[in-house]
Amino acid sequence: MAATTRRRTGKLDLDPATVRKARSLARTVGRPIVRIARQHTTVSVERATLRLAGLAGADAEGTPWVNRLVDVVRADVGLEHGVALPVWDAVRRGEGADLRELAEKASAGSVRFRIPEGPDAKRARTAATRAVGAGIRRIDGRRRERERLIRRIGDAPATPWVYLIVATGDIYEDIPQAQAAAREGADIIAVIRSTGQSLLDFVPEGATREGFAGTYATQENFRLMRAALDDTSRELGRYVRLTNYASGLCMPEIATLAGLERLDMMLNDSMYGILFRDINPTRTFVDQRFSRQVHARAGIIINTGEDNYLTTADAVEAAHTVTTSQLLNEYFAKEAGLEDWQLGLGHAFEIDPDIPDSFRLELAHAMLARDLFPDAPLKWMPPTRHMTGDVFRGYLLDGFFNLVGALTGQGILLVGMMTEAVVTPWLSDRDLALQNVRYVMNAAGNLREDFRPEPEGFIAERARQVLAETIDLLEQIAAEPGRAPLLEAIADGTFGLMKRPADGGKGLEGVAKKARDYWNPANEMLEAR
Amino acid sequence: MSEKGNGGFETVAERPPQPPDSGAERRPRPPVKGPIRPYGDTTGDGMVQLSFTLPMPHSKIAEGAAVQLANKMGMDPALVVHAKQMGEGYTFFVVYGRVHHLVDPSKVEVVERDFPLLTPQEANAAIKRRLRRRLVVVGGCIGTDAHTVGIDAILNIKGFAGEKGLEYYRELKVVNLGAQVSVPHLVERAREEKADAVLVSQVVTQRDAHLLNTREMSAAFRESYPPDRRPLLIVGGPRFDETMARDLGVDRVFTRGTTPGEVASYLVHRLAPPPADQSARKAS
Repeated sequence: MAATTRRRTGKLDLDPATVRKARSLARTVGRPIVRIARQHTTVSVERATLRLAGLAGADAEGTPWVNRLVDVVRADVGLEHGVALPVWDAVRRGEGADLRELAEKASAGSVRFRIPEGPDAKRARTAATRAVGAGIRRIDGRRRERERLIRRIGDAPATPWVYLIVATGDIYEDIPQAQAAAREGADIIAVIRSTGQSLLDFVPEGATREGFAGTYATQENFRLMRAALDDTSRELGRYVRLTNYASGLCMPEIATLAGLERLDMMLNDSMYGILFRDINPTRTFVDQRFSRQVHARAGIIINTGEDNYLTTADAVEAAHTVTTSQLLNEYFAKEAGLEDWQLGLGHAFEIDPDIPDSFRLELAHAMLARDLFPDAPLKWMPPTRHMTGDVFRGYLLDGFFNLVGALTGQGILLVGMMTEAVVTPWLSDRDLALQNVRYVMNAAGNLREDFRPEPEGFIAERARQVLAETIDLLEQIAAEPGRAPLLEAIADGTFGLMKRPADGGKGLEGVAKKARDYWNPANEMLEAR
Repeated sequence: MSEKGNGGFETVAERPPQPPDSGAERRPRPPVKGPIRPYGDTTGDGMVQLSFTLPMPHSKIAEGAAVQLANKMGMDPALVVHAKQMGEGYTFFVVYGRVHHLVDPSKVEVVERDFPLLTPQEANAAIKRRLRRRLVVVGGCIGTDAHTVGIDAILNIKGFAGEKGLEYYRELKVVNLGAQVSVPHLVERAREEKADAVLVSQVVTQRDAHLLNTREMSAAFRESYPPDRRPLLIVGGPRFDETMARDLGVDRVFTRGTTPGEVASYLVHRLAPPPADQSARKAS
């Protein structure tokens, strides 16, 4: 999926000038946000930096050492200079043999941090650069390891990659389920996180066996699951990818852990946390930029969360908010260094099946996404809102969902379950769902070659209409007052009906404006591409 | 097979098979009075379908085991119409068959929820029509509890169990104060926001702290509001007992598994009831 410059050969023959205009508006709207992201740091960015340098583990109460250390440094000298200089200055002064000992002593109150100057600062920089550089090199090594494994073992045999979910809450239950799902045909395993982890301002530690409707994302859980899937990949002769969530208050740290443990995909949306979790906008954009830089470096494919817009708003009326969000996600992703092949831009099959032409509308929306982002592996999400508990009707709906996926060349297909909204999927539900996917792909997987919508027909017309509404919305956002119109738009409730003011939401207290002398070696290494 | 059937029903007279409707003269069926059986394509045929998985590879023995299960569940005769092995040690079955059980609708007892369950649209419409303003909900976790998972599941637009949270309701104004909210702060914010209802969550508690905290909270609201102006007080959490509302001085207790839709429906029921039911607000 290498990025190649090519002539637009989309099925919809979209006007290239209109497409350029949409992208340029996304840039206009996104750029001030990037400026804000560059001007701030957060507790989670700083903690991620310490994790890159190898600080892991937690105290007896389960509070991670990175949290302990950052809290003490912040209390002593503030966050605005970055924690790297004061931390490695303290190590150099002999306050701790390593970061772990320093963190222990600091939380016992026996270390005073300072901002070093002159030669002290220079030496602290050297030490910090070496330590954090080791983490970045480990991420690079993990990426090469993935490439090597895919070469040696083999890749998923066809697209779309089949994406299945496990979620028991217990990592030791998740592992056999994930291996079984891979044997049944999954190319991607996603481990759903425990409800509410996105609002924890720390990453839990160790292997976990208790979660609410999902399993905690921890470094150890990542490691255990990746190792198990490596075994299964060898057994099956195809590399099975692992997905988790880089979202919520600890997005940068979780992205870092994913890079260190060779996860392959991460859910990572630019606005999801703001809109659906009421996390402070600045916190989100700062954290998101750092986490995307890590993903870019680690060769991780991101999955964005546009499907969420359609679960809260009408899927026809809100179609253009999906396209708008995809364009913004693309801008923010590329700015952070991600390439087209890493953009699993999301969209979903959520139109009310009772409205006339619902299938044609779905096809138009999906085709628009495909034509706008020809080199991105789009992520196609199954129906949830209109799954009523009538499993037989739901099975048919999932078949039509799969058909749209086949007709529009989706890269990642989250398999729809007929028991959606009834139970967590049973073994037989998953088996039937995979039969549904296989039947449609086998029967109609190549139909795309023959299918081109009538240029003046319903589908092409609908796609043009959604793109026009997208441009209207982006223009409306760009016209908002202030230095960051997108923040104003988010505060007004432009997306997903939610009003999220820039000075509200969770995690704001963890944001600091960078001082002139702010320094973070990870930033330098991740920016230098 | 002693498990087959249900002896209690054997004494009920079987309804004679009735002739199928002739397409020409369709009359509405009379309301069901007596005992009935499941309906496949003929009245009284007792036909049902069933699907399940047995943890064994597919074989003739596996199909026999599937029939045995169906028989034990009261299907006789039972016909395995589909069997498919899944993975190494599981087989999925679809079984059709006849049951001889009779059910008597006149003897069904239904426990009614004491308020009707509304969709978000219905809840919004009811508030708009009857309250003529947005209904204000203030929520948070009190005491030392930092676990906002419960209150967030109810309030965040993300919601819980496939239902959107209260933030999704256009006619609800939601103020989520988050974790470790002190009782005086909660009262103060409730007054500032002119809250119609206050939602408090307690997830992780020690030595009945959730009960003490809740009593402290309800006492503080009683103290600072005249009785007829006090906002509706709702607490929720896995360790509460639904019958304890009166004892705790609150209006309602919700326990594990409560969804946002239930909470929203309750709010409407109490704060924007249908005209005939205006007395509900005053009832407690």
